[in-house]
Amino acid sequence: MNLWDVSYAISKFLMDIVNFIFSGILGLIPDPVGSFFEGIGSWSVSAGVVNFITMLLEALIIIIVALLNVIILIWIERKILARIMDSRGPFYVGPIGFFQNIADGAKLFVKQIIIPRKVDKFGYQIAPLIFVGSSFLILSVIPLSPGFAVTDSNGLTIPGGILFAFAVFAIAPFSILVAGWSENNKYTLIGGMRSAAQMMSYEIPMLLTVASVFLLVGSFEFSDVVSAQQNIWFGIPLFLGLIVFIACMIAEVERIPFDLPEAEAELVEGWTTEYCGMRFGFFMFTEYMRGYAGCGIATLLFLGGWLGPDFIPDEIWFLIKAYIVFLVFIFIRGALPRIRTDQILDLGWKRLLPLAVLNLLIAVAIKAAGWI
Amino acid sequence: MQSTPSTDAPISRKEMSLLVSGFEKRLERELPGKIGPDLMEISIKKEGLLAAVVERNSILKLCRILRDNYGFDHLSLVSAVDMRSRFELVYHITSYPNYCMIEIKVPVPKDDPKVQSVSNLWGGANWHEREAYDMMGIVFEGHPDHRRILLPQDFKYFPLRKDFRMEED
Amino acid sequence: MAEMWINMGPQHPMTHGLWNLRVKVDGEVIVDAMPEIGYLHRGMEKIFENKTYTQIGPITDRLCYGSSFTWNHLYCMTVENLMDLEIPERAKYIRVAAIEIQRIASHLMWIAAFAADLGLLTGFLWAMRDREIFIDLLQALSGSRLTYNYARIGGVTADFPPDFERDCIRAVDYFEKKMPEHESLYDSSKIFHMRTRGIGVLSREDAINLGVTGPTLRASNAKLDVRKDRPYEVYDEIDFEVQCHTDCDCWGRYRVRMNEMRESCKIIRQAIAKMPKGPVRVKTPLIGPARDAIGVVEDPRGEGIMYVIGDGTDRPYRLKVRSPLFVILSAAKPMLLGYKVADVVAIMGSIDVCMGETDK
Repeated sequence: MNLWDVSYAISKFLMDIVNFIFSGILGLIPDPVGSFFEGIGSWSVSAGVVNFITMLLEALIIIIVALLNVIILIWIERKILARIMDSRGPFYVGPIGFFQNIADGAKLFVKQIIIPRKVDKFGYQIAPLIFVGSSFLILSVIPLSPGFAVTDSNGLTIPGGILFAFAVFAIAPFSILVAGWSENNKYTLIGGMRSAAQMMSYEIPMLLTVASVFLLVGSFEFSDVVSAQQNIWFGIPLFLGLIVFIACMIAEVERIPFDLPEAEAELVEGWTTEYCGMRFGFFMFTEYMRGYAGCGIATLLFLGGWLGPDFIPDEIWFLIKAYIVFLVFIFIRGALPRIRTDQILDLGWKRLLPLAVLNLLIAVAIKAAGWI
Repeated sequence: MQSTPSTDAPISRKEMSLLVSGFEKRLERELPGKIGPDLMEISIKKEGLLAAVVERNSILKLCRILRDNYGFDHLSLVSAVDMRSRFELVYHITSYPNYCMIEIKVPVPKDDPKVQSVSNLWGGANWHEREAYDMMGIVFEGHPDHRRILLPQDFKYFPLRKDFRMEED
Repeated sequence: MAEMWINMGPQHPMTHGLWNLRVKVDGEVIVDAMPEIGYLHRGMEKIFENKTYTQIGPITDRLCYGSSFTWNHLYCMTVENLMDLEIPERAKYIRVAAIEIQRIASHLMWIAAFAADLGLLTGFLWAMRDREIFIDLLQALSGSRLTYNYARIGGVTADFPPDFERDCIRAVDYFEKKMPEHESLYDSSKIFHMRTRGIGVLSREDAINLGVTGPTLRASNAKLDVRKDRPYEVYDEIDFEVQCHTDCDCWGRYRVRMNEMRESCKIIRQAIAKMPKGPVRVKTPLIGPARDAIGVVEDPRGEGIMYVIGDGTDRPYRLKVRSPLFVILSAAKPMLLGYKVADVVAIMGSIDVCMGETDK
């Protein structure tokens, strides 16, 4: 039982209903109208259409699952962060405040959308689309289990899924720069510049650590990477890589201590200053989505993905591990102040990059010795 | 600056009061000779507080002598007072090494409210003098940044003058 | 990037109140800075001239929301100097205890704001949590939580409430136990060190010349404290250390304030222990004599001075307020030049900005 089969069954069922409506009911109309409807009906159950609907359904399911996860993650973050800070976090809306996020979302949703007069309208409006869209796109290649992944009818995932994920990850700085520039505000401009500089300098060590995994596995597929970790999680021999990867990932998703682009103390809200209403809500939400995706990738690459004892389903194993990685993010956020711009670049180039190279050397050594 | 015990050294109250009274007497004795007739009055008000009245032409000279020769290194306060017939500037200057404060009063005529600025001696005087200008309209000559500070730049009045009436409620 | 002016304020998260810091940046480096104040100007000094001595008391509370008691006390002390009043011993000790409680509350609010500036919300909430205890103490004393109006000309409003000494000691005990927790959050954080060490350096000579006072001055390696140098109330009978730090930077200011809170705990203990029995207030005349007087105290933010001139009526002829922050803000430019935009929050946060007293 995998995602494709479930989606295929649903779409087949839907298309059968469509076929029944067109051929069975509308087809009773005398010709030529009836035969026209019959044609539509038989077209709707053809393999191409059913496969297409199946893919749409797959995407929908993946997105719904991801959104649910993100809502849970935000709730977990609020609760645990509040505990670290010796307060209680949300507890009014729903059971132990679980629906607080939904209430916040509803609040943002009903707000008026204001476009400041002096912004560059095209950039201002296109930037959230790119940011949100590219972040959703990452989810399409992250499998929760061998079954729970976007596949085609032959059960094949997108070739080179890891490369695709990181390529899509790297689109966001572009949209942030566009947003910061088009908003016509000094704070957003500085925020956008910082964001671009930060993300570009952290891509490199991150990709180098990922390269060490490629080296051990010899494949760009998530499924191959996970199945290569049957004996030992890569996080153990490549512990250094795991640390570097998580540090870079925190910088990529712009969380404290690396949340300079939106450092609220000096830059108001950074590059999102001029956005309001649901656009701002989408930005916030998407940051968590990227956080979730980052945790998922870290889990897949270093923590054995969905591997684990059988009494818990694979998908749940994956989520448990991803949540634990996210907990690390939360603890870091609760314990550390924000770092400074030049220090963040120093850290990226002078500390993390050498460590990433060292990690790569370790991977080479392991591979050469034939231990994995 | 004269040789005085380091401010960081612990010093008891008794030692301090001895030191202070000696310092004040010395100041009272020596200052009139250095400033001349412009120093209209100098007296010890109480322990650690001297009071002096000086002509406005000599304020910069007096301040320079106080800072360079007697260790008055901290300008605490510049207050402008409207005495109805004239303005009066009151400088409170502290000497950290000697635990002493001097209160210098400078009468300023109303028709020509101009005084030499002491901002070049103590950087801390800058905003005090701007405030005195802002509130009382006393002009400080040689001030590096002579603008209003608390009120808007285009404000027409000097609100702490006594002829500026408050709205009755 | 070309040089450009950035307005930080009057509506900006950095400002802690209404003021405007204009910084000129070259890329991210500050090349010029221009603080603009006056957004909160309420004409306090003009109001003072038109109220009786008794009526002014509650207004002085409004000078600073962070440490209103010290200003109220300073006013009462200045007028007592003017009228040549000797207040009862017990009132002096009560005042000292209340001032130190207020100082801890004020410093805790500073560390809260500073932590939030640096992006560490945990520190903010922890400090606010412990500040609550001291605010509760002041509430027990005076009945209000922000503007206490507890000092009176000639003493204090009322004696301690029942069991207040015990509560005080308990609060101090609790706080001294919690201090290492607060310190560990900052001292052991590498990023906190990176953000504060060597940032906003103000040398001892510059600090004294620019009129900087209080913890900011003591962090610049100057052991100067009005409580020690020109003692008022009963500070000369209390044993405490003036805290100073040799680093001259934001880190030093943080350390000085943390240590000062410890010293304040010591002072509270001693004041409670040494407090004699007796009245807490004396009868006071309503008319101030026609002379001038000055009161100098160590506010949590620096040297607070009031200079009062009486003219033989029931209203002061002139009451001038010397706010420590007013002068420290004028030293913003030398502190800021050459640092990064991101350091503005650390530097301006480290001097404990309170606009109420600055704009008067």
